Amino acid sequence: MELKTKIQAEDNQQDLLVTREFGLPLELLFKAYVEPDIVAQWMGTKVLKLENKRHGSWQFETTDPNGNKHGFNGTIHEFIPNRKITRTFEMEQTAFPVQLEFLEFEKLTDDTSRLTMHIVYKSVAVRDQMLQLPFAMGISMAHDRLQELVEKLK
Amino acid sequence: MQLNDCIMKSRRDVFQAIADPTRRIILTMLAVNAMTPGAIADNFDSARQTISRHIQILTECQLLEQEQTGREIYYRVNANKLTEVAEWLQPFTKMWDDRFNKLEAIMKNYKSNK
Repeated sequence: MELKTKIQAEDNQQDLLVTREFGLPLELLFKAYVEPDIVAQWMGTKVLKLENKRHGSWQFETTDPNGNKHGFNGTIHEFIPNRKITRTFEMEQTAFPVQLEFLEFEKLTDDTSRLTMHIVYKSVAVRDQMLQLPFAMGISMAHDRLQELVEKLK
Repeated sequence: MQLNDCIMKSRRDVFQAIADPTRRIILTMLAVNAMTPGAIADNFDSARQTISRHIQILTECQLLEQEQTGREIYYRVNANKLTEVAEWLQPFTKMWDDRFNKLEAIMKNYKSNK
């Protein structure tokens, strides 16, 4: 089955583009990014903080199947309802540097919309590592091993 | 012959190679740093020989590369092979696609509940 999500990652570049069209009106798509309860549902995370405004910040905490907690956080730089969110994204307790995300929301028709995420990483190597992680880990990753790795990376 | 096993067979074998959880962990570790076989084995409770066999399979499939530094042999992920496999981007794409499918389903439900 073809995936609706497209990833564009050019060789030797430190950024990538994630594009997805939704069978949802623009306002509903945007709402899924700003309502903490809804974000929690589709991201599968606890939303500790989500301040949807310029200079606001966000903080998520995800518990893996082994009960280990993983923290994520960032700052919101731009917040234009139904159009744009610019924010940083950081995985806590890992060696991965913070990344910059430009999210653009577009109306296609009354019932369809498009999201474009432009993610900029610190280096080409970091981007490639991030792209490869899900590949290498798979879904059934032994999380305790990952935890050990994370400890070593600190 | 043995060395070329993985290349000779269909590409599915590369996926069989990465289907094993231990080998995935090895790939993950080496995606971050090049390591010696000993250092890799130190991360597992299994016998060194078992880990060594996993490294061998990954190397046969060209997913790992060897690098001689002095007396030590270091293993690293062969990024070119991953790219060649083409589907290396697939799990990343799939991860986002699953999330977005969920978002879409939740919001469709949200809409109909209104």
